[in-house]
Amino acid sequence: MNAPHIPILRQGRVHKSLDVQVVNRLGGKEAAAEISFACADMIKYDLAKMGEARAKLKAMKATDLIEITKRAGEIFLNDDLPIGLDGAMQSPEDYVLSLAATSGLPHSLIRMNMKRLGGIFGQIEDIFRGLTRGLDVAVLDQGYGEQGGAPVSFSATTNELAVILPSNSPAVNALWIPAIAMKVPVLLKPGREEPWTPWRIIQAFLKAGAPSEAFSLYPTQHDGSGVIIRRAGRVMLFGDDSTVKQYENDPRIEVHGTGYSKFLIGEDEIDHWEKYIDTLVESVSANSGRSCICTSTIVVPRHGDEIARAMAKRLAEIKPLAQDDPDAKLSGFANPMFAEWINEAVEKGLKADGAVDVTAEFREGERFQQRDGMNYLQPTLVRVDSFDQELAIREFLFPFASVVECPQAEMLDKIGYSLVVTAVTKDIEWIHRLFDCPHIDRLNIGNVPTNRIQWNQPHEGNLFEFLYTRRSFQIAEVA
Amino acid sequence: MTADEAKAQLDERVREMMAWHFSEETGCPFWLDWKKQAGWDPREEVKTYDDIVQFPHFQDEWLRDEKNERFVPNAYKGRPFNVFETGGTTGLPKQRVGWEDYKHDYEQFSHQLDDEFFPKGGNWIMVGPTGPRRLRLAIEHLANFRGGSCYHVDCDPRWVKKVIARKAYDEAERYQAHVMEQAVEIIKHRDIQCIFTTPRLLASIGERISIAGHGIKGCFCGGTSMTPEYVRFLQEEVLEDKALFVPTYGNTLMGLAVSLPRELKANGYSVTYYAPQPRAVLRIVDPEKTEITKDYGEYGRVELTTLSHEFFMPRFLERDEAIRRKPHGKYPWDGVGDVRPFGALTGKVIEGVY
Repeated sequence: MNAPHIPILRQGRVHKSLDVQVVNRLGGKEAAAEISFACADMIKYDLAKMGEARAKLKAMKATDLIEITKRAGEIFLNDDLPIGLDGAMQSPEDYVLSLAATSGLPHSLIRMNMKRLGGIFGQIEDIFRGLTRGLDVAVLDQGYGEQGGAPVSFSATTNELAVILPSNSPAVNALWIPAIAMKVPVLLKPGREEPWTPWRIIQAFLKAGAPSEAFSLYPTQHDGSGVIIRRAGRVMLFGDDSTVKQYENDPRIEVHGTGYSKFLIGEDEIDHWEKYIDTLVESVSANSGRSCICTSTIVVPRHGDEIARAMAKRLAEIKPLAQDDPDAKLSGFANPMFAEWINEAVEKGLKADGAVDVTAEFREGERFQQRDGMNYLQPTLVRVDSFDQELAIREFLFPFASVVECPQAEMLDKIGYSLVVTAVTKDIEWIHRLFDCPHIDRLNIGNVPTNRIQWNQPHEGNLFEFLYTRRSFQIAEVA
Repeated sequence: MTADEAKAQLDERVREMMAWHFSEETGCPFWLDWKKQAGWDPREEVKTYDDIVQFPHFQDEWLRDEKNERFVPNAYKGRPFNVFETGGTTGLPKQRVGWEDYKHDYEQFSHQLDDEFFPKGGNWIMVGPTGPRRLRLAIEHLANFRGGSCYHVDCDPRWVKKVIARKAYDEAERYQAHVMEQAVEIIKHRDIQCIFTTPRLLASIGERISIAGHGIKGCFCGGTSMTPEYVRFLQEEVLEDKALFVPTYGNTLMGLAVSLPRELKANGYSVTYYAPQPRAVLRIVDPEKTEITKDYGEYGRVELTTLSHEFFMPRFLERDEAIRRKPHGKYPWDGVGDVRPFGALTGKVIEGVY
């Protein structure tokens, strides 16, 4: 397939920009895609008209939008869909190849993420019910109704959900898919190397019968992103701790940052630690360790050295392989410099006292590897002597985790913010404390990998509560 | 005029300016002292524009560090001068003295304007930095020269730069809204057909009202670099393809380089500017070896030479880069295309703040 041209979508209207940037295949000079870039002022103009897009969705029945979403999931997974401007079609396999060419992700991971995304579409009713605590969807059509015998009314907080997407993780598109069924148009700014997934999801929605006005796609530069962040009614963005800090007091903005997800084993289960190695390895390495829900710190009361060695041995089996190798689990870096920077940060931490790279003994070669023109970082498990060691609570874009020993009684005071915590224990008193811990966003009790989440519960914020506000109301009979 | 005739005209202008600026009777103290220290006489050595490379690059710091009186040609001695400022976010700004140049420049520019879109007798509004800038007097003169009057809405780009530097984007937007409120009120309630503003402010006005719908037919714009996509957006969406967008490239030190607004669409909205030769000349140079002119179609740094009786400025390196473009039938000398900040692809530049 020739490099397709990904245009701007302005409430569904195709706009081919005169500002075109080429994204090359990783490790080569061959163009993978041409991308139309939008200027910042154009986005400002379009944002002012998003009410029209919202009106289109508002006029549709929520139940119809739910059906459309379900159909779109099947289409996303199975159908050939338009790509670019010249009438070309993209098969599901073409999608895998295109995304692999620019993101560095192995085909197997892309297929896994594809399946996960397909699942989001399919579970939309469950997600809707979960996030609204069982609200009758018809309330969104009428604006008011009853829930649990009490009158309820919800109004949209915004005419659009803007999402500043990253380049490294197609699965994050899961976060915005339910917005369409919630009658809120989306305005997406794709990552430079990953226009493929949002484009394909949009095409799937369109084929399923969603109104084109509900979809805006703006590849753009920094100033365009700035306009989206400053002006959109609701914004999701992905960033590091400094980005989170910058917007933490802005109710319009939901920042998805580092997760610092953790895996805890209680006193009552620690002597059976071998039973949990499979789960631990999955938690650290799933999706090439790129997700905020991947475990980055393992906290145990004892057996830290044995657990670290057992995990290191397993993690060292994950190696850079050809992207089309069905066993490939490790992703290359779309931006080759990232691998070097991250490797330097890990090495710096190891040079400080109190940290040992346990994987070094088991893996082949150095952590930093090059293959097929791409940079890779091999999985790394670090045994640290305390929470104060600088690698104890760190999160990187590759399979990386630390193992730290800590008495169970002190764990919850030490772990800090954690997007996901899996706690392996049957200790009821501790379980109560875990449920009560304010630092934990999502809690798994028992042998559950941190990377397995259910979308019918809030993930870094409740999408429905982000997009809707409950208002009080009374309706008197007209005299 | 043919390209050969344009070159002959420019060479003649160069000889005239050498004679003017390096003669005791007419030259200014700055250049007369420079000649003594340099040990050569430009009147003897610089006979054509190609010889201008014998001069070193003019340093704009001289416009800040030297007293303004040292730039007053002896021929103008005793005549009070206008002081025009350029740049200057902090500290003493760079200043240029002048008398009639801005009138000459803008009268020359007026002849390039299309009367259909900039009707004679029509009133103007200028929305942009006034204060100590040449532009403020120049636009009013342009309006008056064409038989109209000019309304003004001021803004202070130095303040906006400071606000942006400290990442107070909300404050910058509030300031812009404050400027816009004033502009929109005047456009709504006065009979105005022509506007001068910057691209960003134009887009900002267009967010609030239909510019063409309020009677504006022509928009003369300058101030920042514009990508072809942005130019298209301004012409087709902001001005709704009803008013004519006329991009210009210029500053206090040069005057105005003009473009070919009627040909923009056919040229894919890539803007090429032509200097007001022979009063000013633009050359696209190799940034590493600035005596070398880049080939047509290549990006290089913009070098400006100003050749007026009031002001001589050889080989000033602008903070921009552009593509060297071929002469046009209407302007038979080199053009500069797709101007962007010098080093735009390598460094961070705060540009186009108003």
